[in-house]
Amino acid sequence: MENLIAPLIAAPLLGAAVLLCGGRRLDRAGHWIGTVLAGASFVIGVLLFADLLGRGAEDRTLHQHLFSWIPVGSFRADIAFQLDQLSMTFVLLITGVGTLIHIYSIGYMEHDERRRRFFGYLNLFLAAMLLLVLADNYLLLYMGWEGVGLASYLLIGFWQHKPSAATAAKKAFLVNRVGDLGLSIAIMLMFTTFGTFAFGPVLGAAGDASEGKLTAIGLMLLLAACGKSAQVPLQSWLGDAMEGPTPVSALIHAATMVTAGVYLITRSGAIFNGAPDAQLVVVVVGAVTLLFGAIVGCAKDDIKKALAGSTMSQIGYMILAAGLGPIGYVFAIMHLVTHGFFKAGLFLGAGSVMHGMNDEVDMRKYGGLRKYMPVTFVTFGLGYLAIIGFPGLSGFFSKDKIIEAAFAKGGTEGWILGGVALLGAAITAFYMTRVMLMTFFGEERWRGRETASPAEPSAEPAAEERGRHAEPHPHESPKSMTIPMVVLAFGSVFAGGLFSFGDSFVRWLEPVTGYAHGHPPISAAAVTTATVVALVIGVAVAWLMYGRVPVPVTAPRGSLLTRAARRDLLQDDFNHVVLVRGGEHLTRSLVYVDHTLVDGVVNGTAASFGGLSGRLRKLQNGYARSYAVTMFGGTAVLIAATLLMRAV
Amino acid sequence: MNPVYYLYLASLLFTIGAAGVLIRRNAIVLFMCVELMLNACNLAFVTFARMHGNLDGQIIAFFTMVVAAAEVVVGLAIIVSVFRSRHSASVDDASLMKL
Amino acid sequence: MSFPLLTATAALPALGAIATAAVPAARRTAAKWLALLFSLGTLALAVVALVRFEPGGARYQLTESHAWIAEFGVRYELGVDGIGVSLLALTALLVPFVILAGWHDADPLEDARPNRRWRPTQGFFALILAVEAMVILSFEATDVFLFYILFEAMLIPMYFLIGGFGDRAAPAQFAAKAAGAGDEAAATQRSYAAVKFLLYNLAGGLIMLAAVIGLYVVAGTFSLTEIAEARANGSLSMATNTERLLFLGFFFAFAVKAPLWPLHTWLPNAMGEATAPVAVLITAVVDKVGTFAMLRFCLQLFPEASKWATPAILVLALISIVYGALLAVGQRDMKRLIAYASISHFGFIIMGIFAMTSQGQSGATLYMINHGISTAALMLVAGFLISRRGSRLIADYGGVQKVAPVLAGTFLIGGLATLSLPGLSPFVSEFLVLVGTFSRYPVIGVIATLGIVLAALYVLVLYQRTMTGPVKAEIRTMPDLRVRELVVVAPLIALLLFLGVYPKPLTQIVDPAVEHTLSDVQKTDPKPEVEAAR
Repeated sequence: MENLIAPLIAAPLLGAAVLLCGGRRLDRAGHWIGTVLAGASFVIGVLLFADLLGRGAEDRTLHQHLFSWIPVGSFRADIAFQLDQLSMTFVLLITGVGTLIHIYSIGYMEHDERRRRFFGYLNLFLAAMLLLVLADNYLLLYMGWEGVGLASYLLIGFWQHKPSAATAAKKAFLVNRVGDLGLSIAIMLMFTTFGTFAFGPVLGAAGDASEGKLTAIGLMLLLAACGKSAQVPLQSWLGDAMEGPTPVSALIHAATMVTAGVYLITRSGAIFNGAPDAQLVVVVVGAVTLLFGAIVGCAKDDIKKALAGSTMSQIGYMILAAGLGPIGYVFAIMHLVTHGFFKAGLFLGAGSVMHGMNDEVDMRKYGGLRKYMPVTFVTFGLGYLAIIGFPGLSGFFSKDKIIEAAFAKGGTEGWILGGVALLGAAITAFYMTRVMLMTFFGEERWRGRETASPAEPSAEPAAEERGRHAEPHPHESPKSMTIPMVVLAFGSVFAGGLFSFGDSFVRWLEPVTGYAHGHPPISAAAVTTATVVALVIGVAVAWLMYGRVPVPVTAPRGSLLTRAARRDLLQDDFNHVVLVRGGEHLTRSLVYVDHTLVDGVVNGTAASFGGLSGRLRKLQNGYARSYAVTMFGGTAVLIAATLLMRAV
Repeated sequence: MNPVYYLYLASLLFTIGAAGVLIRRNAIVLFMCVELMLNACNLAFVTFARMHGNLDGQIIAFFTMVVAAAEVVVGLAIIVSVFRSRHSASVDDASLMKL
Repeated sequence: MSFPLLTATAALPALGAIATAAVPAARRTAAKWLALLFSLGTLALAVVALVRFEPGGARYQLTESHAWIAEFGVRYELGVDGIGVSLLALTALLVPFVILAGWHDADPLEDARPNRRWRPTQGFFALILAVEAMVILSFEATDVFLFYILFEAMLIPMYFLIGGFGDRAAPAQFAAKAAGAGDEAAATQRSYAAVKFLLYNLAGGLIMLAAVIGLYVVAGTFSLTEIAEARANGSLSMATNTERLLFLGFFFAFAVKAPLWPLHTWLPNAMGEATAPVAVLITAVVDKVGTFAMLRFCLQLFPEASKWATPAILVLALISIVYGALLAVGQRDMKRLIAYASISHFGFIIMGIFAMTSQGQSGATLYMINHGISTAALMLVAGFLISRRGSRLIADYGGVQKVAPVLAGTFLIGGLATLSLPGLSPFVSEFLVLVGTFSRYPVIGVIATLGIVLAALYVLVLYQRTMTGPVKAEIRTMPDLRVRELVVVAPLIALLLFLGVYPKPLTQIVDPAVEHTLSDVQKTDPKPEVEAAR
């Protein structure tokens, strides 16, 4: 069975190669090739999953060694794969949600002349993400890691004739690169500490290394995770990344790519377990991001950006859980999977709404859409209920466990973390209810209004062809788009219950990540009650603000916090002033220095030689007799010198 | 007779020639002074040959005379052509060889 | 006596240079095909050399030795180790692409304006082949004097290539200013660049000459193998100061050629003013002689002095990495941008060499090869772009992706290779260099990783400004890559991908040579802190 691991990655990779090199000939069949290959990958994944289930719990790790990649001295990196319960979970999520999004994109991208290329990029993304989770050493993981970055660069900037999209793509890649810096330093540290960077030996020997080394490795891994998972302080790219087509947002920035950081931390659990300081930083980052994303999500009027804020916040939950150690790893992954379902569903729903609304993204110009888009409304609604943690739906199970684990951390820390997690749950309920109310309920604010005003260019340039200035005629999306939404809605409803049933998910992952049952200072029932109360408060406040009173079409000025949150809590302003401006000044002054100083020294040397020879040439005055004098003088000096030497 | 006297004579002649080269402006006179210096050297060579009792110095003197003759031919030709074009035999007037 | 393969690899392009130059002026196309044929023949010989080279065999293989200037003990001695043979192969590989890419670069211009400079097509290709011959022979020479002569002699054809053949002026409809005046200004710039190139390298060479003579006085021979052996078994010892001075003399010349900060300023001028194929020849081929010579001559002849100078050199290399990358960000001319990126990359190579670990030096050697391929890909595509629009300024482009997607795609891959994306070959070498440096000098290794982020910055900014955004009016009718251009780029990209995933054939050849070099300087890799169970 282990020979099936490589085909798992090879299928979408082949798709990418064929679609990107195939040229215009494949334009008509390109989307089918891409979708079928993604589906093939999912089928292989399911086969492998069935095989794993048939084995004993301790025997569920498969290895496939292809060939030696970089053998230099004691440095050995192999192209080799490892499939265990953790990577299996990811494989199913990536290929499953990925295939659904491929299907959705067939309809969504129908009018785009570059649809073939879009599917090529999607396939490339799947291949890179699968490589990331299936690698059996950190260097190969790094290859997948950067491959994911590349694919997201291509997809975010898919409409690259729009400067904003090109800039967003570049920003995403650059911020990710800063994170990659952390991963590469972590790998170097592993090499100098353990002499290898394969999972088995490194994680097995983690206990033998000094705590300082482990902390350093852990912090560097966290930096990497922050980049990929959009955690504070490397979160700024996620909002801009919504410039990409909506299926991209669903696939990359909700269901898979941003979860890579959680995977990395969970996978490196053995390292973090030996480095409490690093764990503390992880937890803090998770908690801060959780609130950060939630606050940003509350203020955005752009439906995709509001969802992006929510993604950031939910990943914050996962990172927080992963930082808690063995009491949290399993729940981090569980929340990751359920989040994959409902967030993909929400994004696809948002895409469907935009599709029917002439690609308008401003929620203030929506309203009352439930009548016109029933399928979208129901699936989006179920996703909404799941994400706010409505009891019985999948988000409830996973989030509740995380909050419980946060309290179980113990001491003051536990109370603070638990409180933050509860607060986050309340804010989540608030902003998601806000999205829901503004989009599907209330009065129809789009009546008699032009959509996608030029001042706020539409995300989807195809709108130009569809007549962007007309009043929208909301309609349900085609089948190819609604079916994936329905499937994901099913996942949003049932996944949590299924995973929690008899602790099946915990038992499935325990052999890989380890599990310790946490004991919160208050009873589990009390935590659950508190979560539900927080949820109710959040929903109620949102209803009071956006349901009971009509929503103004132009956004009110808002409080200081609202205005800051609209600008992503000033993160970009900070980056702009400190990094962009500073960098520009630095490079400009360096260009000046290079030209005047470094080059100047050389040119100056040349000039001074020129000046010297200018002086010397005055001796050449053309008078034969003055030359004769020089000659006589020179001869006299030589003779005198010779005589003198003789005498001495 | 002590050969050293010949050497004194040679150096005297050389000095006169050198002074002439430095002081006089007329190209012909300059030329004669150069000849004077060459002949002073020849005298010294012959004297040394006599002192050391071998013929090397005398052979070199012959070489010098041949070279000097060739030089006179070329040099006088140049001087004559310069005089024709500029109507002057002063070396200071011909100072075009400068940068 | 066996067939002198190494001599043949150098003699063939030399013959080609003479033959190409001898083609009558009217038969331009024949000259081009002749040059291409000779370069392909050289490539075939290089492949034979690569195949006949046994990775586990003697240190120097395919050796040849003949007396040359017996009075001074100068011999015509050739031999290659793993490093030499792979660089030989790189050179032989790149030159056909350079010739093909420069197919029309030296054509006479259509508009026969008066006082238009005569552009000798044959000369262009003959000079390229001459450079190839000398570079190849310098990779093979194991006699210090022979190497020195080649090191200097290759400046002559390079000088004419830089000074004599610039980019074609903008086509008439785009030229804002009077074309004649622009041409004159360009010619002035070009001759400034060529003279600067020559003076820098001559200055370096002159100091090296003094050191070469000094070495002969101390060692009594020019043979690299003899000196290295005598140094190893202790029969030749040098006074500490002598060794250091000689080392500095050699190193200075190589650092100019490489180039290392602060001796780098000739490179942006030369690469900016030369045509793209010639720029590739400079940075991908000729400059490699500098870094190669550090590895072969500095470390082998002066092991103690090398170790003494290591900290200073590492710092200079580090400055090169960061400084080159920062300046690349600030450039407005895309060829100069690539030149500064190369300076950053040469910093990595030199850092890898002087980290004195097997990863660092293997990485540096691979880096030389991968940098050659990736820069060739990026620079040649940039050249194709420039030849279409007639401008090197980044600001003159925009939205190329829309009108010429294949060109944009290849440009992006070249750029991604330059920023060392995993999966493309430069990543392998860059990571090895970083790991090799980090394992001995952690702080320097960590600072050097900044280069990774800055590389992403300058590559993506370049790509964004030229390829994305609204289509500029001037490039609306720009044609996509032609077949000839695709033939140039596609193999390079294929090689980048292949060596990125499967660099083993190369590491197998390079590794033993690196082990030899490390044993020359008596250094072993640092041991990991925890011996992990494998």
